Amino acid sequence: MNRTGKLAYNAAVVIAAAAAAMGIGAIVLAAVGADIFKAYAVILTEPLKDMIGLTEIVVRAVPLSLIAMGIAIAFRSGILNIGAEGQMLMGILASSATAIACASLPKPVLIPLAILAGAAGGAAWGGIAGALKARLGVNEILSTVMLNYIAAQFYTFLLRGPLMDPEELLTGSGTPQTVRMPRSAWLDRLLPGTRLHSGVFIALGLAVVVFLLLWRTSTGFRMRAAGAEAKAARYAGVKVQRYLVLAMLLSGAFAGMAGAVEILGVHRRAIEGVSGGYGFTGIVVALFGGLHPAGIIPASLFFGLLLLGADMTQRLADVPANMVLVLQGAIILAIVSARQFMSNPYVQDKVARACAKMFRRPPPPAPPGSIEACPDPSDSVDPCLVGEDSAVGDSSAVGDNPAAGEGSVKKRGTR
Amino acid sequence: MGHEPIRSLELRGITKRFPGILACDHIDLSVGEHSVRALVGENGAGKTTLMNILMGLYQPDEGRILINGRDVRFRSPNDAFDHGIGMVHQHFMLVQNMTVAENVALGMKSSHRSFRLDIAAVRKRILEVSERHELPVNPDALVWQLSVGEQQRVELVKTLCLGARFLILDEPTSALTPQETDELISLLQKMSSELSIVFISHKLHEVKALSDTVSILRRGKIVFEGRTENHSPADLAALMTGHEVELPRVDSGSAARGGAPGLLSIRELRVKGDRGNLALDGVSLEIAPGEIVGLAGVSGNGQRELAEALNGLRPVESGSIRLDGAELAGGSAGDVIREGMGYIPEDRNTEGIVPSFSVKENLVLKDIGGKEWSAGGFLRLGAIADNAKALRERFDIRCPSTDTAAGSLSGGNIQKVILARELARGPKALVAVYPTRGLDMGAEEFIHKQLLARRSEGVAILLISEELEEIMNLSDRIAVIYKGAILKVVPGKDATKRSLGLLMAGVADE
Amino acid sequence: MNAGSFVLNILILGVPFSVALLLAALGETINQRAGIFNLGCEGIMAMGAFVAFLPPFFLAGTPLAGSANLIGLALAIGVGALLGVLFALVVVTFRAPQGIAGIGLQMLGWGAAGTLFRHYVGGVTGVPGIQPVPVPGLSRIPILGKVLFNHNPLVYIAFLLVPVFWYLLFKTPWGLKVRAVGTYPRAADSLGIRVSRVRYQALALGGAMAGLAGAYLSLAQAKMFADDLIAGRGFIAVALVYFGRWNPVGVMGGALLFSLAQALQLSIQVAGINFPYEFAVMLPYVLVIVVLALVRKAKMVGPTELGKPFDREQRI
Repeated sequence: MNRTGKLAYNAAVVIAAAAAAMGIGAIVLAAVGADIFKAYAVILTEPLKDMIGLTEIVVRAVPLSLIAMGIAIAFRSGILNIGAEGQMLMGILASSATAIACASLPKPVLIPLAILAGAAGGAAWGGIAGALKARLGVNEILSTVMLNYIAAQFYTFLLRGPLMDPEELLTGSGTPQTVRMPRSAWLDRLLPGTRLHSGVFIALGLAVVVFLLLWRTSTGFRMRAAGAEAKAARYAGVKVQRYLVLAMLLSGAFAGMAGAVEILGVHRRAIEGVSGGYGFTGIVVALFGGLHPAGIIPASLFFGLLLLGADMTQRLADVPANMVLVLQGAIILAIVSARQFMSNPYVQDKVARACAKMFRRPPPPAPPGSIEACPDPSDSVDPCLVGEDSAVGDSSAVGDNPAAGEGSVKKRGTR
Repeated sequence: MGHEPIRSLELRGITKRFPGILACDHIDLSVGEHSVRALVGENGAGKTTLMNILMGLYQPDEGRILINGRDVRFRSPNDAFDHGIGMVHQHFMLVQNMTVAENVALGMKSSHRSFRLDIAAVRKRILEVSERHELPVNPDALVWQLSVGEQQRVELVKTLCLGARFLILDEPTSALTPQETDELISLLQKMSSELSIVFISHKLHEVKALSDTVSILRRGKIVFEGRTENHSPADLAALMTGHEVELPRVDSGSAARGGAPGLLSIRELRVKGDRGNLALDGVSLEIAPGEIVGLAGVSGNGQRELAEALNGLRPVESGSIRLDGAELAGGSAGDVIREGMGYIPEDRNTEGIVPSFSVKENLVLKDIGGKEWSAGGFLRLGAIADNAKALRERFDIRCPSTDTAAGSLSGGNIQKVILARELARGPKALVAVYPTRGLDMGAEEFIHKQLLARRSEGVAILLISEELEEIMNLSDRIAVIYKGAILKVVPGKDATKRSLGLLMAGVADE
Repeated sequence: MNAGSFVLNILILGVPFSVALLLAALGETINQRAGIFNLGCEGIMAMGAFVAFLPPFFLAGTPLAGSANLIGLALAIGVGALLGVLFALVVVTFRAPQGIAGIGLQMLGWGAAGTLFRHYVGGVTGVPGIQPVPVPGLSRIPILGKVLFNHNPLVYIAFLLVPVFWYLLFKTPWGLKVRAVGTYPRAADSLGIRVSRVRYQALALGGAMAGLAGAYLSLAQAKMFADDLIAGRGFIAVALVYFGRWNPVGVMGGALLFSLAQALQLSIQVAGINFPYEFAVMLPYVLVIVVLALVRKAKMVGPTELGKPFDREQRI
């Protein structure tokens, strides 16, 4: 395929994937008897109609982008972190406990301290999964999912018990929440009358940091190498297990920071339901953003729009807000399916030849004697495939000590 | 089955494209009854693709297949089996964690009752076939417990059980010792009286020994066809490669080293294999500076474990590995690399390079944290790019640009990337595992020359290969490994294929 | 309450608790044996639970009310199989990475069940559900009868399916093919077995089982539907397959272990022992992690090509 052909081809794949995702959504919309076009119109345009809507999109994009960047770090390093939800909760707990305990500190000290505490909480929770994977070969998808459930229970326990606002007990309403944060821990609101807060700058700043880390430092180089082909990285002297743990620590730290920023900027106290599925949406954002900060920022805005729009569909189109989960799931399936068409030369070749056949043109002749230039499709590793590999790794690696097992006779694929 | 026996089989104008490759280019080939046809060519010439088309595994883009003069179309291997065609693939198509009988049953559709697998019938058939062709196999053995030679036998029995009268053998000797190879060849000679055989190989003396006629494939085209007896192996080699190839040979001179403490010195090395067994049981070997020691042996006798242990990739149970006086045993891969060990690993695509990384990134993979390529933790992108430019030139790496993903290059160029990285680091010693496997002769020649050049610069080189030719051409001394121990070390100039073959089979004194 | 009746209670509770896990894990065993790692199990269970709940909910009081449960089960099985095929399309035909695709399917199933539930049902409503049917004779055996033979029919069916699945995997031609495509698809392919077709079939069966498992939760166990009804059981089922070494009998052992832990947790609460409720609920999830950490991998067991897509024409 020539350059234009390739561009058109990729565009066609993207359009087809988008159509497939919206099609799956449409089936569900039809099943609830909604006006499909109206529902999509509400989701995609309604939030854009006023200032509140626009700022609320950004308010949602802040935690989403932070979580997604953490997930991108993990995915790029070859570990699928599904546990952002739990890591975020642990971050919230650590951050709010710190803010409440150190209420007397001045603002310029307390805010960074509270955010770092959130990062530490999330990192600790993520690190557990990382260490389990590195040491014992525990499948990180399963362990992070389980850690989500555990964190959710732990969160509730603290909010209903030790961390509960004493006033709730006195007045007797019993809402599980902490006391209000001290004012010195609040992130500033940027626009009066909206919830837009200075966490935006934190997210943007960290996006630059993530880019520099992954693509401009030797640490990031090693992390990406470990993620792209763990075996080769190990052969080149990279301590793959160590970088796995590091990646999970960082990934958890980002989710924890997302929680801290959300609490300090929006809710100003730890309440139930803060995470609200951000951990899972973050996965979609990370994938949609191509696991790169420059893609993740716009993707987080898009999904902020989607989340907000879905909240509005209940009122305006009589579609439950859970609809957004359907769309997210469909988008994941569409993205991972489309990747195959975009990155695999064999599939592209098949499609090109099918097209050529359809238009009765002879297939493009291969350059003579080009046997040398055989692109090996198994090599078109993209970070997502790596994630998959690690998912698989566990199939063989549950309990297998990867340090000893990975370089072993196990042949990858066949020749 | 249910079809008439094959008296003649013809391929006409078979063409098959893969992205960027014309694997088969209008190939015509015909095979008669009770004859052995050798199909010869370099790696990547299209031999396997052609046979996969004949088996119905690939669909040709153009061309026809005729049996007894009538057109047939094979949409799946089942169609080929129905006509009595069977294939023993180069990489055994055996499911490791199943028994021999289950593996045969997989293809034996007559044993597939609707709710029951008739394993008894399969077992009976296996015993019949193995008796008739003198191929003893145990139907109840688990495949992974069998040796390579036994698995080869199982493959043959399986193919015959499925009713094959027309047998395709894809490089059947590649994993066998010279003696096992001889046995197989005489067996096939016997079988050729009642079967037709297509024998794929690039080992020309086997072709001479077994086949009646030979077809030579080069870059997807048949370039020669004729009776085997009329041509010498040298003729065939020239036809196969398209030019006279004289691979470089070591000039080991009179300097018979050995015994003296080497630059790389391995003493009483014990290492566990993947199954917890002792894969290396007391290996000792000394390699002097400027010496190439070839390690010969049937694969699976500890070569892999040795290479991994030498490079800090596999824990050492006991013994020592010293490189220029520094102890490597117990060190990490990073430690070994820092001590100046170079390594060309077995699987270049997953061990040698990170395929999705660019060529320039792969060229600094091992030293990325060093001062040369990073400062204060940040990468020195300019230096990395300059390094790539220089090495690309020096090692003749053919790539569109140094930003190209290394995995998209050809095998030969990937190997050059690895070689460039390893040699540019100025290693004291080098472990090269199957460095030319699957490469064409041009790339092979280049790599051999590089190894010899390093030798003359004083690098201690351990060459692990399963190609005896390669080992004999390059090695000052040849060590034969058998069941995790060095059976014998012989000077390279004294070694013959026969003597090495016996040693590889575990026969130490003759 | 004495210790004896405490233990008896745990056993009586534990056996039916294991059924949802067991059904889903049996299906997942087939998936993984065929080389596919289906994390979407959780989402399929949610959809199964929801569609099974619909007929008893809507048909209450109509002449069809009597067969509503059966219709519900059939619907759950059908929807489950359909979602299994959808997953097959993504991971077999499009060869998408399975881990992340599974998460996508989980979100899709979970979201769709929630959306439809909000729209058609609204709030938590109970249904009569499937009632226990004591096995005549056997249920009168002291202790054992109460533990094993005094349950709803799905409990018996689930445990009968264990030998059925064992036989299917190890004694039938289809099982042989499933094991082959999960371990060495290229070999299966070379013998004329359609790898993709076998994987589609396995995923359809696995999906059907997950759907049935969901239906068990809404019709027999909880007798209602709620958003968080599945509560990670789909993921636990995936973990159980590792625990059971891809063998139906081992999987059954794992399912019982987990359900007994859960029954223990409930019994502790019922017995009024002072232990924070949240920690009790955590127990099974912690157990999963512990189990995964402890299970050692044996070589040459199970599907070694798990998670890897297959394409015959790819020259690797």
